[in-house]
Amino acid sequence: MALLAQYVVGGLAVGSLYALVALGIVLLYRTSRILNFAHGDLATFGTFIAFALISTAHWPFAAASAGSLLATALVGAAFFFLVIRPAKEATLLGKIVITLGLALILQGATAVFWGTDTKTMPFPLSDTKVYRLGEVVISQISLGSFAVGLVLMAGLYVLVQRTRVGLAMRAVSQDMVAAQVLGIPVRRIFALTWGLASALGAAAGILLAPVTLLDPYMMLDPFLKGFAAAVLGGIDSMPGAAVGGLLLGVVEALFGAYVSVKFKTTLAFLIIIAVLVIRPEGLLGREYKRRV
Amino acid sequence: MELRQRYEEDLYLVRGALGWTALLALIALLALLPVLAPGYFLYTASLIAAHIVIAVGLNLLVGYTGQISLGHAGFVAVGAYAAGILAARLHLPWPAAMAGGGLVAALFGFLVGIPALRLTGPYLTIATLGFGIAVNQVLTNWEALSGGRSGLFLPKLAIAGTRLRDHHIYYLFAAIAAAGVWVAFNLVRSHIGRAFVAIRDSDIAAEVTGVNLTIYKTLAFAVSAFYAGLGGAMLAYLLGFLEPQMFTLFESVYYLSMIVVGGLGTIPGSVLGAALLTILPQQLAGLKQFLPLVYGATIVFVMAVEPWGLYGRWLRIKLWFKTWPF
Repeated sequence: MALLAQYVVGGLAVGSLYALVALGIVLLYRTSRILNFAHGDLATFGTFIAFALISTAHWPFAAASAGSLLATALVGAAFFFLVIRPAKEATLLGKIVITLGLALILQGATAVFWGTDTKTMPFPLSDTKVYRLGEVVISQISLGSFAVGLVLMAGLYVLVQRTRVGLAMRAVSQDMVAAQVLGIPVRRIFALTWGLASALGAAAGILLAPVTLLDPYMMLDPFLKGFAAAVLGGIDSMPGAAVGGLLLGVVEALFGAYVSVKFKTTLAFLIIIAVLVIRPEGLLGREYKRRV
Repeated sequence: MELRQRYEEDLYLVRGALGWTALLALIALLALLPVLAPGYFLYTASLIAAHIVIAVGLNLLVGYTGQISLGHAGFVAVGAYAAGILAARLHLPWPAAMAGGGLVAALFGFLVGIPALRLTGPYLTIATLGFGIAVNQVLTNWEALSGGRSGLFLPKLAIAGTRLRDHHIYYLFAAIAAAGVWVAFNLVRSHIGRAFVAIRDSDIAAEVTGVNLTIYKTLAFAVSAFYAGLGGAMLAYLLGFLEPQMFTLFESVYYLSMIVVGGLGTIPGSVLGAALLTILPQQLAGLKQFLPLVYGATIVFVMAVEPWGLYGRWLRIKLWFKTWPF
């Protein structure tokens, strides 16, 4: 029983990071109907900015993290203004292809700037210092990333559900033209959403950095897991993304412990396919109707 | 301007003296390539042939039927590994192994096509993405089947015990690619191709006018996967070695960028895109770390400036000359 609880706790810690990635994807998809395949590479880019600020410019960790989030948000917003908005006539496939192109550009830029060798980012929390909760052991790093993940999720919830900006975001996601007519600055809301989503990805990247180490492809796997979590929870639903991420983390940990470690990563993609076939709208999603 | 008076005239693939001259010149150029081009280019040319087969198949699915696939490397991998296992473990001759690779991939395409019936747009993209990655992971971890990371070696191509040289392989692959392109040209002009295009433009309208979506959508996946599997088998024989990391998400994006750059929904566009994006990385070999950057910038540029790709630009130039003073 203690072992089971241990796996669940470990799964929740990883799952909170999946949930952060998933939230970024869902936030953008809800507002602009764009599936952002560059999300993972934006996050990697942000993590590398934090790394550069800490190791080259010798900023303290907190300041470097804040700087990285801000810089990534600016890059995301710049994408919207420079590429996505001029190509607004593009079809669904066109938009997906554009974000894939952005992903390649960012990945290439990261590799050119910082090289492809792995780097270690100094991190204020320790991997070896552990806390005991009864029989369950949790490392400081897991506890920290879980806590930060929950705080960011709560903050996002408040922003979207309780503020005027959040109200505008929800209005734009429901009906863009109506929102425009009512005087909501749709372009600025889109840019803000791109920035927020990118910053969420960068936050997940920084929290993952001590676990995965830094290289230009570090976010590929977490990004795909985040995608799976978003699909599992419902790609249109923010609570769904959070639940999906935590659930995926736990299921994956249990599968790895009791069934097969080797096929642990494959599980996420089988879940994607199963969810899409059985219940395409996901656990908490409501969409998946369409107009003729 | 040419005037077409009979329906049969509309069916000809090659029209007029100019068309035949161009076609014959192309055939002559391809036939003389081993004499004209340096030896190492023959390998590139064979690689282009394999990529053309894959790109044409992908364009049938994405460009013509409008079903987005982000997991095409999965189908290519299935075809390559099926051919590899048939040739290396069951010692089948290469024509059987290649055909087997295509058919096994087509079966997988059919199976992926069934859930795809219920999914559209972004959901289909995610499902195919999941398929591609699942194939890669299964191949990496199921070592008894695939040889895992240590790879799978294929026997050399041979006819009646004689090993094929580079230029033989080039002729063989060019012939396969030409056959694939010819079949695709005819397919898209048949009732099947028209059904594909109808599904792309509006699947509900297509269904109302009597296109059976179940049959044609799964058929599109199966045909596309057959091309991918055949191209994968060609790659397997060309390289002589298979490894799961040859078929990742990056390859899926690479194949997709071929048809986007060449022109979605056009067969000549797939050929152009496959040729260009195979030669480009070889020319940039010294700048390997810039490759993703160049690809990404190319894709974004093409999507922003000319959504119909290189072939679309060519058609516009041709139209400009045809209607010149006006």
